[in-house]
Amino acid sequence: MRNVLTIIGKELRSYFVSPVAYVVLTGFLLLGGWFFFNLLSRFSLLLTLYTQFQGGEAANRLNLNDYVIAPLMHNLSIILVILIPMITMRAYAEEKKSGTYELLLTSPMRTGELVLGKFLASFLFVCIMIGLTGVYPVILLAFGNPEVGVIVAGYLGLLLLATSFVAVGLLTSSFTENQIIAAVSGLVATLLLYIIGWPAETAGNVLGPLLRYLSVTEHFADMVKGLIDTRGLVYFASLIALALFLTQRSVESLRWR
Amino acid sequence: MIEVQHLTKRYGDLTAVSDISFSVASGQILGFLGPNGSGKTTTMRIVTGFLPATSGTVKVAGFDIFDDSFEVRRRIGYLPESPPLYNDMTVTAYLRFVARIKGMPRAEIADALDRVLTRCGLTTVADRVTGHLSKGFRQRVGLAQAIIHNPAVLVLDEPTIGLDPQQIIEIRALIKELAGTHTVILSTHILPEVAQVCEKVVIINAGRVVMEDLLANLTQEQTLEDVFLRVIAQEEPHNGQLQGEVEETAG
Repeated sequence: MRNVLTIIGKELRSYFVSPVAYVVLTGFLLLGGWFFFNLLSRFSLLLTLYTQFQGGEAANRLNLNDYVIAPLMHNLSIILVILIPMITMRAYAEEKKSGTYELLLTSPMRTGELVLGKFLASFLFVCIMIGLTGVYPVILLAFGNPEVGVIVAGYLGLLLLATSFVAVGLLTSSFTENQIIAAVSGLVATLLLYIIGWPAETAGNVLGPLLRYLSVTEHFADMVKGLIDTRGLVYFASLIALALFLTQRSVESLRWR
Repeated sequence: MIEVQHLTKRYGDLTAVSDISFSVASGQILGFLGPNGSGKTTTMRIVTGFLPATSGTVKVAGFDIFDDSFEVRRRIGYLPESPPLYNDMTVTAYLRFVARIKGMPRAEIADALDRVLTRCGLTTVADRVTGHLSKGFRQRVGLAQAIIHNPAVLVLDEPTIGLDPQQIIEIRALIKELAGTHTVILSTHILPEVAQVCEKVVIINAGRVVMEDLLANLTQEQTLEDVFLRVIAQEEPHNGQLQGEVEETAG
């Protein structure tokens, strides 16, 4: 356990003493803020139009949850698909390249502790990233009345999605000593998880539901709507556990290959 | 203290190390010599538990490197060919991190840190970021990292490379001081270094041990240089070039 904490400390420190953390956080919040601003101004335009031309009844159907928060969550999830492999690419690849991997693996530390430490550090970083976007719903709560429960469910979905991507990104980083290969293969893997459900409509009765179940988007979309389903929770938990297990095997493989 | 028996390491079809055996007694300093690409680094990586062997056994302090890897790693300090530094950490933060992952009790870390900083001549750069240090200082931080947890066994892969003459003398004196209380495997190209520091010499060529003896016996009639050139010439490396490539990809 002590080793896990030591690794977390070292990893978080390396995010924040280098420009990495600040560039990623700034970029993420900049794009997030732009989306939020656009969605909000579109919402306000629609509201004006609806009240002017169709009276109050149509305007009542507009609500902040469906027209601002849900699309915002989906937009943020796309940015995460791209950014997370870039956050995790260095985790193992850089250690291998710079020779510090030898230090870590010749120390009396279990590979599981190393893998867990690196995962938790990236997880905490992603929590900070997503936590900072919390200002958007807070602004909405201050000036409007969106449903809080739905927002919380959406944020849980966003966090689970990001955590799964972190686990997958770390896995691809453990395969290589080249950071670009780690990032690209991480991006391909996370993007594939994101879009694997697309052909579900036409894939038939067996394959269709399977593809839909494998897709991150499917479970995420439910949560954004406010539906927290055990199926979804089990899905994310298994995806994270599988990726961590494979990472542990990948690191350990050096010892028996 | 260290017993290497019939160690073989193959990378696919290439044999980097072939059936090598040698031993180091407790408190002894072993000079591990050989031309570039002869399998020195591979052997050291196996002894430290970083790489698995294809066949053969290594025992450190009575523990098998494969079965009791954890116990072995607890007792070894290792300086790889290039010092394993995190370029964005300060020297102090880095050494503190190493002390922790080597399993030192928290209470002892501060003292150990002061000790190695003084011993390796790092007090003036203690708060500098390792990425900004000169090669000589980086090498010394690497050495400090290897000895901070006061391990019984030290494996040093070319520790004096890139140092200026003054620093080389200091580091050699430091390694000599470790004799008696620590068992050291020291790989190097610099023959006078071996003559000054080591008690025992193992020479490997093309992945095989071609000489294992005490320094005193070897240098009775010839200089170490003559001995080295003679045993290397005896066995012409038939696949020396391939060996070199293996070393490179492994590094």
